[in-house]
Amino acid sequence: MGLHNIKSTLAGIAFAVASMASHAAYDYDLPVPGTQLTRDIYGLHVLIMWVCVVIFVVVFGFMLVSIFKHRKSVGHKAAHFHENTTVEILWTIIPFLILAGIAYPATKSVLSMKNTTSPDITIKATGYQWRWEYDYLADGVKFISALATPYEQVMSQAEKGEHYLQEVTNPMVVPVGKKIRVVITSGDVIHGFYVPQLGVNQYGIPGFIKDAWFNIDQPGTYRGYCSQICGKEHAYMPIVVEAKSEADYAEWIQKQKAALEPAPAAAPAPAPAAEAKPAAPAAETKQ
Amino acid sequence: MATSHAHDQDHDDHHHDHPPSGLMRWVKTTNHKDIGTLYLWFAFMMFFAGGLLAMGIRAELMKPGIQFLEPEMFNSFSTIHALVMIFGAIMPAFVGFANWQVPLMIGAPDMAFARMNNWSFWLLPPAAILLFGSFFVPGGAASSGWTLYPPLVIQGGMAVDMTILAIHIMGASSIMGSINIITTILNMRTPSMTLMKMPMFVWTWLITAYLLIAVMPVLAGAVTMLLTDRHFGTHFFNAAGGGDPTMFLHIFWFFGHPEVYIMILPAFGIVSQIIPTFARKPLFGYASMVYATASIAILSFIVWGHHMFTVGMPAAGNLFFMYATMLIAVPTGVKVFNWIATMWKGSMTFETPMLFAVGFVFLFTIGGFSGLVLAITPVDIVLHNTYYVVAHFHYVLFSGAAMAIMGGVYYWLPKWTGHMYDETLGKWHFWLTSIFFNVCFFPQHFLGLAGMPRRYADYALQFSDWNWWSSMGAFGLGLSQLLFLYVVLKCVRGGKKAEARSWEGAEGLEWTIPSPAPYHTFETPPLVK
Repeated sequence: MGLHNIKSTLAGIAFAVASMASHAAYDYDLPVPGTQLTRDIYGLHVLIMWVCVVIFVVVFGFMLVSIFKHRKSVGHKAAHFHENTTVEILWTIIPFLILAGIAYPATKSVLSMKNTTSPDITIKATGYQWRWEYDYLADGVKFISALATPYEQVMSQAEKGEHYLQEVTNPMVVPVGKKIRVVITSGDVIHGFYVPQLGVNQYGIPGFIKDAWFNIDQPGTYRGYCSQICGKEHAYMPIVVEAKSEADYAEWIQKQKAALEPAPAAAPAPAPAAEAKPAAPAAETKQ
Repeated sequence: MATSHAHDQDHDDHHHDHPPSGLMRWVKTTNHKDIGTLYLWFAFMMFFAGGLLAMGIRAELMKPGIQFLEPEMFNSFSTIHALVMIFGAIMPAFVGFANWQVPLMIGAPDMAFARMNNWSFWLLPPAAILLFGSFFVPGGAASSGWTLYPPLVIQGGMAVDMTILAIHIMGASSIMGSINIITTILNMRTPSMTLMKMPMFVWTWLITAYLLIAVMPVLAGAVTMLLTDRHFGTHFFNAAGGGDPTMFLHIFWFFGHPEVYIMILPAFGIVSQIIPTFARKPLFGYASMVYATASIAILSFIVWGHHMFTVGMPAAGNLFFMYATMLIAVPTGVKVFNWIATMWKGSMTFETPMLFAVGFVFLFTIGGFSGLVLAITPVDIVLHNTYYVVAHFHYVLFSGAAMAIMGGVYYWLPKWTGHMYDETLGKWHFWLTSIFFNVCFFPQHFLGLAGMPRRYADYALQFSDWNWWSSMGAFGLGLSQLLFLYVVLKCVRGGKKAEARSWEGAEGLEWTIPSPAPYHTFETPPLVK
């Protein structure tokens, strides 16, 4: 179908431009998708944008012509029509059909998005003021992930680093190509677990468990934010998801588990493991 | 009968023809024109006060890092900015228009409940004092965002209680105002004006007033539950006590979405008055315009869930709210098409009110498009609570509601003051406002697409350039409004004498009375053809 070709071509162009511009400060588009779902979302957005652009051009084309031709200063005399049933029915029905056309792919994405069944790995993410805690439920690995950007950078007493406000002490580590279900909750106020490239944006609500899922294509670092205002350091509790190959992930999780074993002579444990021990709600210190 | 009634009152009313002077005139007035003026000036002051807070927000966001406002203060600024603009500026401005214009447009001598009218205005200043006063109490003003989600809002200090009280007061004022408007429209129209002969502005306000009566009590209920959760040991929104924070979101947005239309339907009405006047051609599709307005109002009650696609509703819930929301595009589209069809083959001139009306149609539609993008649940998921949403609602609330208000002010200023405003300066005001508005808010679409969350006092470096542009636009937009104030003041003080029919193409009862409108009008019901 023509529309589909146009859509994918345009999406392709948009991708190319987006990836060229992805490190420029003038980002203007959705980030490069990291999962199949976000690719669908990206395509949906491109589709709707083009529908809007076409309607915009047609409708405001009429308005512009009217503004230039039907003005008193060029001597145009006003006509006196004020209704036309055919036209009025048409411009009620056509938009309805266009909307139905958009609703179809959108519905498929919603159903896929909400299908959190049969995950490969389930990780619990708990929001606290103002940090995240990740709990690998099957492996018993649990650690706190807090902002790693030094305070001096915030106050402009030091130069801001490349990942200013987008770096954390311990990222969430996941394997690529696996369905990761994140169950999201909160220990205090509502937080939002939001990683744009993974198409996840889910409130963590104290006392309730909500879930979302993603399946990442490529190893890499995916950065996100708290999306629901949660107090003064709302902007300072980023999310970093590190996607590793399956083998690298297996090695990582083994290391974390090993660090949990009660080893009498504490060997220099990796940082995440050190953070794994304290019960999270106690970690209410100011960063 | 009507004539003899008017005659009976004749000698009673004659000595009232000139308003009493002094401050007490304004405190005690029951005259719809005085109260309209009070509402409009109050809204104007709140527009500047809320705008000042916006300048603070944009100053902080000009660069990454913390420069001017500590994050807590930043959150207070954005919370109070929203509350003041919604409840202090836009809504009172529309009520001001209703007070001035509804009786004039339906040929009624005044509002139905003149004393209640006075009371519903004078409730507003105390509410504004509570909101601004809350900056000076321990802990600072409410900082949870205007949506006041628990449990965050429960953590706030006494400022939250002041905010809740302010909302109660403003809600009471709105409800009284709405009862007054509905009663006036339904009972005090000149006998020859049937419902389907009413000017569009009157229709949109009639529908808006019903929306207000339906949802303001819901908001009052929601904030009262917050109050009792905070102080009286209830657990409406506390899971530990069997409550649910999500319930607050549902109740709040059941109010919140009709509220959006409360702020835009009267704007539709104003624009529907202005465009036919300057196109010198009757409004296209009057009946479909009325039906579209009513459809939007009814649909507004079943779309609230699109504000909360991220709370984790089941798929069926998400789909229902997505479809319902998309449906709103249909009647809204009808309105836009009707406005353009009204212009089509007209004989247009572009005085300031028309510039604002055309600007409204153009920019509001952009806000409508971004609304359609946000209606699509999966797309909303990646845009929820980002600057895309901020851009979207400023396109519908600033270039929608606020610019329609500005257009309406220019349109009816000659009737209110008896003078023509300075046309050159008015046009400058329009162009400066539209250009700076777009410089300020268009880049916020890009910021949102790139993932910048809203209500952030500080942000990652990839967002710096557009934020700088947005701040520059905001400062220009703020400064341009001083020009608006100057033009209005200049027009109040003098200017070319306005004729009764101030605009060549103007139709309607308000243009049959002299300019400025006499203190008492339509003591005898006029005849509508």
